[in-house]
Order: sequence, then C-alpha cells, then structure tokens
Amino acid sequence: MNQPKRIEIGKPSQIPLRGSRTVSTDEGDIAIFRTAEETFFAVKDSCPHRQGPLSQGIVHGNRVTCPLHNWVIDLESGEATGPDKGCTPTYQIELEGDLLYLTQ
Amino acid sequence: MREKLVVIGNGMAGMRTVEELLKVAPQQYEITVIGDEPHPNYNRIMLSPLLAGDKQFDDIILNTPEWYSKHNINLLAGTPAASIHRGRREVTLADQRTVHYDRLLLATGSLPFILPIPGNDLEGVIGFRTLEDVESMINAAQNHKHAVIIGGGLLGLEAANGLKRQGMSVTVVHISSVMMNQQLDDAASQLLKRKLEDDGLKFLLEAETEAILGKQRVEAVRFKDGLEIPADLVVMAVGIRPSIDLAKSSGLYCNRGVVVSDTMQSYDPKIYAVGECVEHRGTTYGLVAPLFEQAKVVANHLAQYGIGIYSGSVTSTKLKVTGVDLFSAGNFREEEGDDVLLYQDPNRGIYKKLVLANNRIKGAVLYGDTIDGARYFQMMRDSTDVTELRDSLLFRQAHLGDSGHGDLQVMSLPDNAEVCGCNGVCKGDITQAIHKNNLFTLDEVRSHTKASASCGSCTALVEQILASTVGEGYEETPNQKPVCGCTTFPHDQVQKAIKTLELKSHDAVFHALEWKNSDGCHICRPAVNYYILAAWPGEYDDPQSRFVNERAHGNIQKDGSYSVVPRMWGGLTTPDELRAIADVADKFKVPEVKVTGGQRIDLFGIQKEDLPALWSDLNEAGFVSGHAYGKAMRTVKTCVGSQWCRFGTQDSTGLGVKLEQLTWGSWMPHKFKLAVSGCPRNCAEATIKDFGVVCVDSGYELHIGGNGGIKVRVTDLLTKVDSEEEVMEYCAAFTQFYREDAYYLERTAPWVERVGLHLIKEKIVENETLRKELAERFAISQQSAQIDPWEQHAAGTEAAQTFMPMASL
Ligand code: SRM
Ligand SMILES: Cc1cc2nc3c(=O)[nH]c(=O)nc-3n(C[C@H](O)[C@H](O)[C@H](O)COP(=O)(O)OP(=O)(O)OC[C@H]3O[C@@H](n4cnc5c(N)ncnc54)[C@H](O)[C@@H]3O)c2cc1C
Ligand code: SF4
Ligand code: FES
Repeated sequence: MNQPKRIEIGKPSQIPLRGSRTVSTDEGDIAIFRTAEETFFAVKDSCPHRQGPLSQGIVHGNRVTCPLHNWVIDLESGEATGPDKGCTPTYQIELEGDLLYLTQ
Repeated sequence: MREKLVVIGNGMAGMRTVEELLKVAPQQYEITVIGDEPHPNYNRIMLSPLLAGDKQFDDIILNTPEWYSKHNINLLAGTPAASIHRGRREVTLADQRTVHYDRLLLATGSLPFILPIPGNDLEGVIGFRTLEDVESMINAAQNHKHAVIIGGGLLGLEAANGLKRQGMSVTVVHISSVMMNQQLDDAASQLLKRKLEDDGLKFLLEAETEAILGKQRVEAVRFKDGLEIPADLVVMAVGIRPSIDLAKSSGLYCNRGVVVSDTMQSYDPKIYAVGECVEHRGTTYGLVAPLFEQAKVVANHLAQYGIGIYSGSVTSTKLKVTGVDLFSAGNFREEEGDDVLLYQDPNRGIYKKLVLANNRIKGAVLYGDTIDGARYFQMMRDSTDVTELRDSLLFRQAHLGDSGHGDLQVMSLPDNAEVCGCNGVCKGDITQAIHKNNLFTLDEVRSHTKASASCGSCTALVEQILASTVGEGYEETPNQKPVCGCTTFPHDQVQKAIKTLELKSHDAVFHALEWKNSDGCHICRPAVNYYILAAWPGEYDDPQSRFVNERAHGNIQKDGSYSVVPRMWGGLTTPDELRAIADVADKFKVPEVKVTGGQRIDLFGIQKEDLPALWSDLNEAGFVSGHAYGKAMRTVKTCVGSQWCRFGTQDSTGLGVKLEQLTWGSWMPHKFKLAVSGCPRNCAEATIKDFGVVCVDSGYELHIGGNGGIKVRVTDLLTKVDSEEEVMEYCAAFTQFYREDAYYLERTAPWVERVGLHLIKEKIVENETLRKELAERFAISQQSAQIDPWEQHAAGTEAAQTFMPMASL
C-alpha cells in the first residue's frame, strides 16, 4: 500500500450547494459533496448497487439518492440506507481556510 | 426529563402508533405498554390462516420481545389495566401496580359480541378474536366433530373455513338470507354460498338462535323454529363491540366507542385513542387500513409535528378463504337515482357490480374476478368522474395493454412467476418479504423488494398480492396521500399554498408548510421545484432539485454516460443536418446512433465531460435540445400529409412543426407528446398522444389524454376546429391547464381520468375567455422556457465547467 496522500482539490464554491463535483483518479472518480449545512463528504463515485454515479444524484441532508435506481446512500458512512444493503468507500476530506483537502 | 407515554392495549393499532412515533421522534417519550394478552403484539388478521393451518404463531408476530427492549419500551404483558385516575394521571393495573403518564393512548380494540341467550357461557362457546380463541378451536377440532358458527359475515366464514380445514363438520348459521350482507348483495352472496357448499360447508340461513344447550360443555344449538342441531363448539361471530369499559369508568365521553376529535384526542386532551375502540365523526372501524391512518395522525400529534388530521376513511374488504376471489367496497346498495353497472356470468362464477351516483363509483362488489378491485377502489376514493369510461368500466383494464403483464390472475400465479419485469421480482419474493418484514402498504413493499418501484406497470398486481397475502386494501386514501415522507400535505395543498402564499423557493415552501427535513428528499424536491416554476414562471428554478437528466440535459445511461437527442422539428430533417450529426458522431466517436421512436436521432454513450463541446457543435449546425430527457414537451410526431400523400387532407407536417415551435422548452408535470396525422388513417398515431391532431377534410379533430407506454390509453376527443390558428390556441390552453392542475409525475392520461373530460371541455371548449387566458399564460411562461439549455451550457460557458471534474489526481 502507498502512503496516504493529502491533496488540495479546490474551493467549496466550485461545488454547487446541495450538489457534487468529481475528482478523477487512476482508480476511478471520487465524488465530493457539499450539503446544505456546508458539510463536505468524499465517497467513491460508484453506487454499491450497480455502480451508478452518485455525484449525479439529488443531495438531501447528509444523503444522496442514486440517479439510476434511487438507492439512498448515507454520505458519512457510505452505507445504503433503508432496506437496501451495500457500502461504498469513503475518503477523508477537510476544509482549511477556503481550500478543500482530500486524503487518499 | 422525557415525558411518559403510556399505551393501553398491545394490539395492532396501538403498536402501529408506537412504530410511527419512533420513526418521527424516537427519543421524545419514555414508553410503557400495558397489554392484556400474555404475548408480544401479533398480526390479528393472520389468526385466520393460523386457524386454517397455513401459518404458525411465530410467523404472525409483529413485534418481538427483542423489539420492545431494543426501543426501551417497558412492556407489561399479561395483566389488564383496571382503572385510570385522570387527576393523578395514573393507570392502575389489575394486580395493583400503578404507572404514571404525561400522555395516555387508549388502544383497547374491541370484543366479540356474545349473544345474550341461555347457554352462552357453556364451555366450548367462544368468540374469534385472540390467539387463545384459535387455540381452543384447534383443541376442539382434535377432540370433537360438530362446529356451529353463528354469524355468516367475514369473520364467521373465515372461522368456518379454518375449522373445516381442521377436519370438523361445520354449519354456518346466519340470521338473514344473504351471507356477508354487510359486504355483498344477493347475487354475489349466492355465488359465494354455492362455492362454499361445494367445499363442504353447511348453511342455515334466516335462522334465529334461541339457546345453546348442554350441561357443562355445549351439546346442541336450538333455533326459534324448534330445530336443534348437534354442536361441540360454538363460535360467535355476530359482530364486535368497541372495548370502552375502562374509558367509560374513568369518565371519558363515549358513545359506541371512545369519542375522538380529528387529532384523535378524547375529551381529555392528554388522552388519545386509536383503533377499533374509537368513534370518529360517528363512525367506528373494524379493519386495519383506517386504523393505520389514525395511527399516523396520533404519532404526528404526539411528536408535536405538523398539523395532520384524520378525516375518516373509505374501506374495502376481501375474504381470506383460499379459492374465493371476492372484493367489496363502499356502498353497494343502489338508492333512487343511482346507476348500476352489472356483469354476470354465473357459469364461470363471475359477478361484477358497480353502483354509480352522479357518475362516480360509490360502491363495488366483485366476485370471481377481482383484478380491477384496486382500480375501482382508487376511483371511488378519488371520486373520479367515469362518464367517459362507462362503456368499458366493467371490462378488465388489464386487457387494455398492461404491457408485459396482460391477463394474469394473481391467486393462481406460481411463486416463481415474475411480477416486476423491471427489477426481476417474483411473486414468491414479494409474499416472503411481506411476511418476513410485516409489510402492509404498497410503499413498504416497494422499498423492501423494489417490486413496482420503477415503471410501476405492475402496481395493480403487487397490490393484489399484498391484498391476498395480508387480506385487505391497505393503501392510504390517495387524495390525502402526502407528497412524501417529509410532509403531511398532499400535492394539491402544496400547489395551492405556493400560489396563494406566493411561495417562491424551496425554503419558503418547506418553512411555510413545516416540512420535516429542511432539505426535503429526492421525491419532494423535484415536485416542489416544478410547482414553483409553473406558478411563478421565470422567477425560480433550482437545478439541484432536478433529476440528473434535467441537470445534464441528456438521458443518463446504465453506465453513467449520456444520450443526446437534438430536436428535429416535426420529424423533418435536411441533408445538412444529417451531415452535421454524422460529423459530430465521428468527432466524438459516438458508440451508437439510432433513430428513435419519436422521429429523430439519438446519439448514445456520450461521456459527461464531452457534452458541452458536443452541444456547441450541434448548436452551430442549428440544433437545439430535444428535451428527450425531461418532464417536458418531448416530440411532435407527424406524417407526410397533404404535401405528398395521396390521402392527405391538410398540411400535417407543417402544422406539426408549428406546434413544436409553440410548445418546445415547456416544463411539464410529466413527459408530454404531440402528433399530427394528415387523415384518419392516423399514421402519426395521434390518438395515443397527450395532445393529438387528426386532420380531416373539414378541419381538425383535437384529441387529448392518450399515451402508449406502460398502460396504453387511447385519447378522448376534445373537439373539432376549423383552422390551424384554433388548433394552436386550443393546444396552448390545454397544455397550460394541464401544467397548472396536474400533480407532478401525473401524465395527461391519469390526469384526465382523475379530473374528468367534462371539466376540461368546460374550461377549454365551452369557455372562450378561459381558453384565451390559459393560452396567454402559456405564452408568458414560454418566454422564460424557450431558452436552449444546450446553448446555456455549451463549451466555453461558465456552466460548462460543472460538467468537468474539479480536479484530477
Ligand atoms: C430513445 C427512445 C427509444 C428509442 O430508441 O426509440 C426512448 C427511450 C427511453 N424511454 Fe421511452 N423512448 C422513446 C420513445 C418512446 C415512445 C414512442 C413515442 O414517443 O412515440 C413511448 C410510448 C409512447 C408514449 O410515451 O406514450 C415511450 C414510452 C416510455 C415510457 C412510458 C411512458 C408512459 O407514460 O407509460 C417511459 C417511462 C417514463 O417516462 O416514466 C419511457 C422512458 C424512457 C427512458 C427515458 C428511460 C429512462 O428513464 O432512462 C429511455 C431513455 C433511453 C435513452 O437514454 O435515451 N419511455 N418512449 C425513444 C425516444 C423518443 C424521442 O425521440 O424522444
Ligand atoms: C380473525 C380475524 C381476522 C381479521 N381479518 C382482517 C382482515 O383481513 N383485514 C383487516 O383489515 N382486518 C381484519 N381483522 C380486524 C383487525 O384485526 C382489527 O381491526 C385490528 O386488530 C384492530 O386493532 P386494535 O389495536 O384496535 O385492536 P386489537 O388488535 O384487538 O388490540 C387491542 C388490544 O388491547 C388489549 N386490551 C383491551 N383492553 C385492555 C386493558 N384494559 N388493558 C390492557 N390491554 C387491553 C387487547 O387484549 C388487545 O390485545 C381481523 C380480525 C380478526 C379477529
Ligand atoms: S428504451 Fe424504453 S422500452 Fe427500451 S429498455 Fe429503455 S425504457 Fe424500456
Ligand atoms: S446503481 Fe445506484 S441505485 Fe442502482
């Protein structure tokens, strides 16, 4: 395993409120979420159901609804909620000043 | 300190209320449940299959002992509450223990009515209400032969069926000549009787029981006319009586039941009541669906949430006897002035009767073929005007192309039959999920199994499975159904509030209507967004509240790529346009190019990052977005018409182009499609479109409310007009009326059925002023809608940036 890297990815204002932008990496996209409460989350941009792009879903509270078949994923844990079972990897993200840092 | 909630009655309504309360306010109360029965809460409905031997007790437990402890609920089971001291706010149990409450919930259910006749206290004379009753019936069946059921209603027949299955010889005694006279008319009752007689039950109708005979245990039953029949077991199923002794003795106002307000509070506001023990607006209920609606209201009120009120329910019934398909709802006895629609095929054992008052269904009895029961019930609760449907109402809707499902009888389906074609869910998966997770509503089945959660075409089937598994129509009254779990308000009230209170943002709506989550969810956010932009054109539109397709202006595909469909006005194109599309397809290495069913070309498999650049190229060649992705105006299909066709009566292609120019860009409650055919041969399929025009020699027929798709619906004829100008005006007016009136995700077909063709004709055909006003409002809203979203997001714009990753690592 490589050492975890902490990388600057941009400013909060680049992400729409209640929305998401992606960060592309060699191992696939990571979705960065900005919630109504100005909390930031980073999860793999791939739904545990059938790999739908979570970054394209509707963000509500600390959750996102997958655009393909409406699974609702908890952004903090990456777990599917309700009766659905599955989990998508999460990453550490921090806001310092006006910059976001992702630890990968 | 948390307030103390005490629930008296560990039954279906009480525990449902607690479950609803835990959903919305899990921490608010310290909860104690006092239950007479020495068990955890079980599914009383399932006592019938338990008796018939189809189920074990473990299968029918709704809340396990672990459930109570997991939620820190103090369960005092096995001892009844004996008195309530309202001054001290204290409940005393029969064993003298006392429990203090801040709020009290009475959920004591009801008791079987025992006829006041001699011998009614002999051993072997019981009701059919509890697990103990079932146990004594099963015991009797092992040691005795003759069972007599007094009462030929729902409960009596289920008891009779169960005891027969346990091997007893069963006679059903009924006082009237019509069995199940609360639910059935004579004809249906006859069919049912014949069927049950074939199965081996005996009936004594118009028989009045005089006495039950025996020394210690029952030995015989004697009737008024002197007849005596042997009996080792007598089950009294002549009705139920709300269990109100406790409430009465504590001084609460009771009539037939504990009298409650619309918030389910008794005359003492600290004391709520729910379930069969309740009398609400003069009515008591004996089926779970209304009780569950009540439970929700109580829970919301206890949680100090919103302003949900209970305003009564309409119920429907099914008999849970294998091999009997029977459905009954509403008031099925015609009165003067009512109409009756009747279908009878005694040889096949099919009988259907609908009673209409003012062209609205007020009651239904179905025997032998009940597949449309849920549909009639829905129409009844929605008070749908069925004038236009009368010709076909009694014939199965399933015949009208329920695509992929057709002619299915749910009872006869094997477990491995696929019910939901979208999600691959079989009947067995659904019944299992219902049992395992104690599901009662369509929404619950949807979220647990995904059945009917996608295209919805199998909804009726899933409802049937639900009904045949748990026994009843469990859906909430739809016109009161909240938009989603975030609110108690139904669609029409949200629409109205947005208009009258001038609410112009999500925050404003969520605040004014006390939404439970400040952010809403993926169901309410798009709906509210649409309602605001329809009511206040040009003033507000939140992209983050739109489904991905409307944000990315393309259809998302299963691999996360997008499809791109440029508009081809009226299906016309040119060599230059085709060349431009070919160039784009080459340049962006588009994996697939296809001619769509909507007379235009679809480019598939485009990566999100490429969309803005591809749109720029298309814009340059003169194309705009085709909105193939939106709840929006989609296409106008045309045929060649008088320009070329030897039969063409008018310029259908030209008119199609004009209509598309009029309507493109418009956001709608659901997708909206048009077509213009040049003659009645109708090559453009105008009679299955939301708005279709069929040209004839003398003018233009205007058709509305059709669609292909999941449930084919042929249009209704709106009117006939003389000129293209009139077609345009009627089209604009109709479109706008639909935009303002329909619920989000309600296509014109169901909308027309809900509001009635009458109303639409009244507004658009008969009232010129209204028509012109509607058309005018449409024109205004189009000013802010006819902006090509592709141009707005084309390469080089700021908006295009959001289609790219924010960083690459
Ligand atoms: C592309 C196309 C199929 C084709 O290759 O021909 C198509 C593709 C889709 N249709 Fe369709 N429909 C297409 C013509 C039709 C037609 C035929 C027509 O318009 O004459 C129908 C039946 C007629 C009708 O709508 O009344 C049709 C009835 C549906 C339905 C069922 C609608 C209903 O009310 O029952 C859905 C589901 C929905 O909208 O909820 C649907 C949904 C879809 C979706 C959007 C499914 C989705 O949500 O992803 C498909 C998107 C695929 C994509 O990525 O583009 N599609 N779809 C057609 C695009 C037409 C266009 O140019 O815009
Ligand atoms: C055999 C059978 C089949 C049925 N089939 C259907 C069907 O197919 N569809 C349908 O919709 N409905 C059906 N029902 C009706 C349905 O079961 C009832 O409507 C529902 O159970 C009522 O709920 P409840 O909470 O009001 O009453 P209950 O479920 O009866 O709960 C009340 C509880 O309160 C307890 N209690 C009463 N007094 C006290 C006291 N003083 N202290 C402590 N506890 C007390 C009782 O012991 C009981 O456990 C059926 C009922 C039966 C018996
Ligand atoms: S294009 Fe239409 S019919 Fe074909 S799979 Fe998709 S939704 Fe179903
Ligand atoms: S891929 Fe996300 S719900 Fe199916």
